[in-house]
Amino acid sequence: MTMRQSDAPNSVGWRAWLLDESPSGPWQARLGRTWRLWRAFARNPLALAGLAVVLGLVVVALFAPWLTPYSPVEQDLSVRLLAPNGAHWLGTDQFGRDILGRILYGARTTLLIVTLVAAISAPIGLVIGCVAGYAGGWLDKVLMRVTDIFLAFPKLILALALVAALGPGIENAVIAIALAAWPPFARLARAETLTIRGSDFIAAARLQGASPMRIVWGEVMPLCMPSVLVRTSLDMAGIILIAAGLGFLGLGAQPPAAEWGAMIASGRQFMLDQWWVAAMPGLAILVVSLGFNLLGDGLRDALDPKQP
Amino acid sequence: MARINESLDSNERFDATARRLKAAAGVIVSVAITLFGLVLVTFLIGRVVPVDPVLAAVGDRASPEAYEAARIALGLDRPLVEQFLLYLGDILRGDFGQSVLTANPVLVDIGRVFPATLELATVATLFGVGLGVPLGVIAATRQGRWPDHLIRVVGLFGYSVPVFWLGLMGLLLFYAELDWVAGPGRLDVYYDGLVPTVTGLLLVDSLLAGDGEIFANAFSHIVLPAAVLGYFSLAYISRMTRSLMLSELSQEYVMTARVKGLSESAVVWRHALGNVRVPLITVIALSYGGLLEGSVLTETVFAWPGLGQYITNSLFAADMDAVLGGTLVVGALFVGLNMVSDLLYRLFDPRAR
Repeated sequence: MTMRQSDAPNSVGWRAWLLDESPSGPWQARLGRTWRLWRAFARNPLALAGLAVVLGLVVVALFAPWLTPYSPVEQDLSVRLLAPNGAHWLGTDQFGRDILGRILYGARTTLLIVTLVAAISAPIGLVIGCVAGYAGGWLDKVLMRVTDIFLAFPKLILALALVAALGPGIENAVIAIALAAWPPFARLARAETLTIRGSDFIAAARLQGASPMRIVWGEVMPLCMPSVLVRTSLDMAGIILIAAGLGFLGLGAQPPAAEWGAMIASGRQFMLDQWWVAAMPGLAILVVSLGFNLLGDGLRDALDPKQP
Repeated sequence: MARINESLDSNERFDATARRLKAAAGVIVSVAITLFGLVLVTFLIGRVVPVDPVLAAVGDRASPEAYEAARIALGLDRPLVEQFLLYLGDILRGDFGQSVLTANPVLVDIGRVFPATLELATVATLFGVGLGVPLGVIAATRQGRWPDHLIRVVGLFGYSVPVFWLGLMGLLLFYAELDWVAGPGRLDVYYDGLVPTVTGLLLVDSLLAGDGEIFANAFSHIVLPAAVLGYFSLAYISRMTRSLMLSELSQEYVMTARVKGLSESAVVWRHALGNVRVPLITVIALSYGGLLEGSVLTETVFAWPGLGQYITNSLFAADMDAVLGGTLVVGALFVGLNMVSDLLYRLFDPRAR
């Protein structure tokens, strides 16, 4: 395997080190595993395209002020509702704001929501799933029952009800989506934990006198992390769509902040004559969500080619 | 589980029936617990509302005495557990509260708007099944070649496109530009209220009344929203059909059928597809539940007077009883569909018995 790959002599060294069948330490093993995963992943051009889109989203979000000369909020009524042209590549909206500029700044909102939701819901799910799986018995039953109850609400409906209670706004939207999004992570982490808890090294840790807390925290959770991360990237597309849906209904980021869903909603009244106001932000949502789907699909294929 | 092929004597047969009854009872108990949890969650959501329900009832110029009286009348002075039990009792009696917006009992409102959502979701599912299953089969039989890739991309678009945006673009193209379909709403205004309501489903009611013109109009109104909503089902169903068919086509009986000279279409469409129909039914039931979610946004875009629009309209009127009632009904439907698909699976698939 390694010999075929190596045309440059100095690359033989690190490739061989990465693919060593008997790694000399945890770092080498971990890096080697990552490298193998990457090679399986990189064989799939669609997955690479997805990765490019996601990286593009991050870059655009970070450098938005340098990528466009226009302000996302400043109004200029003399140039309102212009069709796409040389100065405004995607046209302008009803307040004369450059649509491309607002889409670029809107990437920040999207990235913020996605990151926060992932940072809240994945750890909640991880902890609940690992504790339930490791503890077993009544605690497992209770925690999984709670998970099933939250799973029983369609995500968007639960998020809607929560935002209705908490009030509109980006923070509340994040909280609402996160509360609706954690159950699949808990299910996954529990399933992983069940396969781990019978292992010899867990028994060894227990015999050494490690407390259940310590075993869950130190031994079980780290091993559940990779599959939870993959699941996170798969769920991101859905989370973007829910966030955009809340924005479209006027329950997410409030004006004049640039948010893609809200931009579509405000472009709706000019649809017949100025279609670009509503059309362009939708394309942005489509591309980013497609990117996350392709990335997640590619990751899953690389990790487990047998799944659908 | 593996004993099905052995001949069962009557005792074992009895055991098997008892086991199935026990499993079914287990499903029902777990559904009951889940429904109880749904009520608890909606109750708790209702309690975190920043809107003071007392203030909403008496107005902000009420005297402290009137305020206190209203607070007691609404039961808000009692402990939370007691409030919840009262709420649960109300729900079990079918009292979901009063809508501030329409002044009707919430359950009456939901009964009125629900047929519109049911009709939309059903036509959307027909669309998703009608296209999704054949596409999935084609993708599986041409695995790794261009039809497979094309269908995969079509499916990924279905997962990725914001349904409200697709609806708006569809209206722009097929209604405003091409004039192929009717616009928002369920019927043109001048047809409104002409057919007697029997089922609440306009396509059915107009046929029952024998009015072809209204049927055509209702159909022209539902085609676009149903296609937009059904696109997600199409994506999900075609993907699941593909993976089910792939594992089925690698079975040995498929090879046997081919070797004995059956035509390829008979092997694929009759034998292999016939054998995946049970898991496929559960997939379709699940996607039907997923449509309830998509219907919120689709109904907003198409001014479709269904449950989704009812929830969002109530939301903007801060009509919490209506929002929570609608949420609860959707959750219960979701649980119900899951249960039905689970039971169907047990019923039809001998391997699951």
